Amino acid sequence: MPESHYINEDYGIRSWLLTKDHKRIAVLYLISITFFFAVGGLMATMIRIHLLTPTGNLVSHDNYNKLFTLHGIMMVFFFLVPSIPATLGNFLMPLMVGAKDLAFPKINLASWYIYIIGGTIAMYALIAGGVDTGWTFYTPFSTVYSNTHVVTAIVGIFFAGFSSILTGLNFIVTVHRMRAPGLTWFRLPLFVWSMYATSIIMILGTPVIAITLSLVALERVFHLGIFNPALGGDPVLFQHMFWFYSHPAVYIMILPGMGVISELVSTFSRKPVFGYKFVAFSSLAIAVFGFLVWGHHLFTAGMSIYAALLFSLISFLVAIPSAIKTFAWTATMYKGSISYKTPMLYVFGFLGLFCIGGLTGLFLAAVGLDIHMQDTYFVVAHFHYIMVGGMVMAYLGGLHYWWPKMTGRMYPEAWAKLSALIVFVGFNLTFFPQFILGYMGMPRRYATYPPEFQVLHVLSTAGASILALGYLLPMVYFVWSLRYGQVAGPNPWGATGLEWKTTSPPHKHNFDETPVVTEDPYHYTPELEREARFV
Amino acid sequence: MSETVISPDSREEALHTGHHPDLQHHFDDMEQQKEASSLGMWVFLGQEIMFFGGLFLLYLIYRMNYYPIFSMASSSINVKWGAINTVVLIGSSLTMAMAVHSAQLGHRKLLTFFLIGTIVLGAVFLGIKTKEYHDKYVEHHIPGTDSFHFVPEPGLNGVTEEQSEMLSHNPAFQRSAQIFFSLYFVMTGTHALHMIVGIGILIPMVILAWKGRYDSSYYTPVENFGLYWHFVDIIWIFLFPLIYLINRTPHIG
Repeated sequence: MPESHYINEDYGIRSWLLTKDHKRIAVLYLISITFFFAVGGLMATMIRIHLLTPTGNLVSHDNYNKLFTLHGIMMVFFFLVPSIPATLGNFLMPLMVGAKDLAFPKINLASWYIYIIGGTIAMYALIAGGVDTGWTFYTPFSTVYSNTHVVTAIVGIFFAGFSSILTGLNFIVTVHRMRAPGLTWFRLPLFVWSMYATSIIMILGTPVIAITLSLVALERVFHLGIFNPALGGDPVLFQHMFWFYSHPAVYIMILPGMGVISELVSTFSRKPVFGYKFVAFSSLAIAVFGFLVWGHHLFTAGMSIYAALLFSLISFLVAIPSAIKTFAWTATMYKGSISYKTPMLYVFGFLGLFCIGGLTGLFLAAVGLDIHMQDTYFVVAHFHYIMVGGMVMAYLGGLHYWWPKMTGRMYPEAWAKLSALIVFVGFNLTFFPQFILGYMGMPRRYATYPPEFQVLHVLSTAGASILALGYLLPMVYFVWSLRYGQVAGPNPWGATGLEWKTTSPPHKHNFDETPVVTEDPYHYTPELEREARFV
Repeated sequence: MSETVISPDSREEALHTGHHPDLQHHFDDMEQQKEASSLGMWVFLGQEIMFFGGLFLLYLIYRMNYYPIFSMASSSINVKWGAINTVVLIGSSLTMAMAVHSAQLGHRKLLTFFLIGTIVLGAVFLGIKTKEYHDKYVEHHIPGTDSFHFVPEPGLNGVTEEQSEMLSHNPAFQRSAQIFFSLYFVMTGTHALHMIVGIGILIPMVILAWKGRYDSSYYTPVENFGLYWHFVDIIWIFLFPLIYLINRTPHIG
């Protein structure tokens, strides 16, 4: 371990809470989002236990509505959106571009505080009695009929959104203005490209949901009628504005995961990523096309058939850049020297699950089929394959991969492999039955169901308990490794990229002297192979 | 720890003779720092455009759906005060531009003077806006309240006495008029909130300017705030015709 690094350069709670070091802020975020992941996970657990029996015996139907609403709010706004950007992104972006910090360290710290304020308000909404509108806040139910803490939850989400805008702003400026000498755009790691694309969506999408949800809150408090059909307003307009953000938000959640996979697949295949420029530009293409497909959430909400066909077409088109990436990752592995370390296992998991999630997305993009599938468990399974099977897999893979960089110590490989396997098995057992349930017509958000669906629901609940174990294991052995893990050294994987050219953990200012970049990304050399002690 | 180990400053010194006191540790030189701040502000304004964009979208859609009603409701808003406020706000943009110019030249007193001028004009704008809101309150044009009642003025927009009388008792008409006034208050209110935030930033900036914090080598905060202030001004340049002037085409569907 290096003698001095960002963790031991100063001690005490103040040195953490008032830090402007991007690496410490990343750690603060890591702890906070893990908390909200646990809260959201607890809700999911209760949902699954409730659905063990057709009559739903665990909670009342009102409370069931609150459970799935809060599960959605916590997981989407307080876990998935900040997950990779605020933790791995915060930690790695300055290191990867060879800078001492993000462009605006104070704004970075402020974004964490804003996130915590938002999270506290959302937790208050939960404890004070919950929200039952669904995370989508559809009007006029959310503005007129619901008797729950809608406004409080919206204020919390507003803060969380502002925090993610500030993160995105920081990343965009950092990539433009803080790159080390010689680090041209096409020498950037693909993780940086995907974080850049994510940031664009954060900047352009988040303010729209901010104003939309603000209007819902104003409408509730002051009895306005902007989205209330009884008062001359248009509820479908709310849905358009909500999904104008919330569909691109899906790409906020998955693009960072794709960036992580690009790094991992290269390191553990010992090959440059196949078709670097295509992978880089496909991130931007997803960011652009992602803004043009929101209408596919409204196929059954009253939409002109021409608009529906157009949205359907563009939704099919947005699959192309994702497919380009998937083929590029597969081609990267072709004839590579693959090592089956834990991060690579997560890559395999990601590829399979993301393909299933993505291809079932095409089912739903087809207007005719969507009429049948709309609001069924098929949709639930589809987006969990993307969000959990894709994003959480990538997040865990990235966390294992950069853990030695963040802490200076290796995680225990055998336990980690076991937990990756448990996550994969548990995930599929939880969500694959939901495809079948949905296809058979089980609607989402129902607290009860006909008895013939019980077998599939029991399978799903069984899978969820396995999945929970798979998530608990890393929490335990990551903490264990802080003290007992093997010392990693600066570059345990023999990986390329500037973050591996400094100590593990890096010291406060990242590099002793500003690195000068002279070669293309993913340039593997015999020296790197010698450094790779853990591959 | 650690200054001994890392010596963060050695590089700046090597790259640049003379270390500017306002240079933050993670930038190489003042130019990089200024460019980063400026780009950051532009990106922030991009975010603001999308925020207001949502409101403009709503306004345009409802204006299409309820055009004659929007036109009548717009006539009840005082164009005279709106026009005066437009001049006041453009004036404040002028003083702000002069403030940035003075900062570039390093004129401390002129900078302070123009910043105070911007605060005063901003406050005048907000004062007039408050008066307009008060008028709406007196006229029972506050949406969402039980006392809401909108009577289109006969003679304007081709509305006759009888039509005015009839519409003032028509619930559907009253509901649609409320949507206009909801959007009026939300849009001008959000704009006013941005002005209040702006003035909140200007006050400490005036004090710092007076103390000589900014000079010709470091005035980035003044310049960036100028961008923000002009942006808020531009929002009003769109709000004014949309909300105050749409009744200038006196036809009714």
